[in-house]
Amino acid sequence: MSADIVEEVRPGAEKKEFWRWQESCWVDESKDWHAAKAITVGIDVGSVSSQCVVVADGELYAYNSMRTGNSSPDSATNAFKGVQEKTGLTLNDVHFVVGTGYGRVNVPFSHKAITEIACHARGANYMGGNTVRTILDMGGQDCKAIHCDEKGKVTNFLMNDKCAAGTGRGMEVISDLMQIPIAELGPRSFDVDVEPEAVSSVCVVFAKSEALGLLKAGYTKNKVIAAYCQAMAERVVSLLERIGVEEGFFITGGIAKNPGVVKRIEKLLGIQAMQTKIDSQIAGALGAALFGHTLVQKQGPAKPILS
Amino acid sequence: MIANYGYKDGSGEYYISIDTDRCTTCPVGRACLTGCPKAMFEVMTDDYDDEVICVKEEFRRSLAYACAECKPSGGHTTLPCTSACEPGAIKHSW
Repeated sequence: MSADIVEEVRPGAEKKEFWRWQESCWVDESKDWHAAKAITVGIDVGSVSSQCVVVADGELYAYNSMRTGNSSPDSATNAFKGVQEKTGLTLNDVHFVVGTGYGRVNVPFSHKAITEIACHARGANYMGGNTVRTILDMGGQDCKAIHCDEKGKVTNFLMNDKCAAGTGRGMEVISDLMQIPIAELGPRSFDVDVEPEAVSSVCVVFAKSEALGLLKAGYTKNKVIAAYCQAMAERVVSLLERIGVEEGFFITGGIAKNPGVVKRIEKLLGIQAMQTKIDSQIAGALGAALFGHTLVQKQGPAKPILS
Repeated sequence: MIANYGYKDGSGEYYISIDTDRCTTCPVGRACLTGCPKAMFEVMTDDYDDEVICVKEEFRRSLAYACAECKPSGGHTTLPCTSACEPGAIKHSW
């Protein structure tokens, strides 16, 4: 074990949470939700993060992205509260709520639950436009490869939720192990003289011990991070190759913010991922809110479910 | 839509692919439901409100073991589920 790691775990030492990513709340100040005819909310309760997205007349209006707590209903409620505090919007003002993510059936105020696969495709279609065809969702504890048509309808998907390799949680574990803030992992992974080979095991447990072994063998932290990012990229590329990759490649989920993984995926695939100004982590909740908007147009507004 | 249920792990890839466009209008009355000796399939309404076949949640992470009896090592020359599915909607990756 390296010297600085020993220092960090010394009794009485302050325990820093290097894995803790930036929570965010955003409102489009140029819009006024009071003027909107249809307000829909998408709630994505994932295994690691929860998001609430508000769509006004089919356009993104506000969102809140935060860490999932130990209760799915509370996480959903807290995600909505974040938006409520910034906008003054209450559930009485919302015409339809769609829940998605692994905790979708536990959203106490949702009118409908839709799988995150369909929601990510719909969200990516909004964020990247109707040329998006292949979506890679690198979630907290699973990874999904999705194909969709020009309307954002899923045509092919596969998911790997059996192990944490290629997921956000895996990156959090490495962040804590290296004692480097998670947002710095990507940029630092390029700060190496020679690109190292990928760690041979992408299983989070084995990769962790392999990373420690590499440190012991004299690898710099940056080099170990690079080796892990490469392993993660190789892992998800093998998943993508099962369903095939088409032009119009879009990455959603928290890992989309990690250039160390994204650039390596692009290099392996030989395709550039599409860019967006919208937070990639909200794709699922955004898709859910857009599904809600379609349902309001078809069925009319639903009565609020107040607990 | 092609739905792939299963996983990839250190020992290989284990996916059952279901082409749901072929099974919405199943001409053989969803014979896969009874064709699978372990009753691994069920009918669900998907996100686009179509009634389709899917692999039950409890089998999705253990397909290598759940399907082992129907593979050649279990004495089968053809898979009961793919044989029962006349439209050819079901495929195994291994």
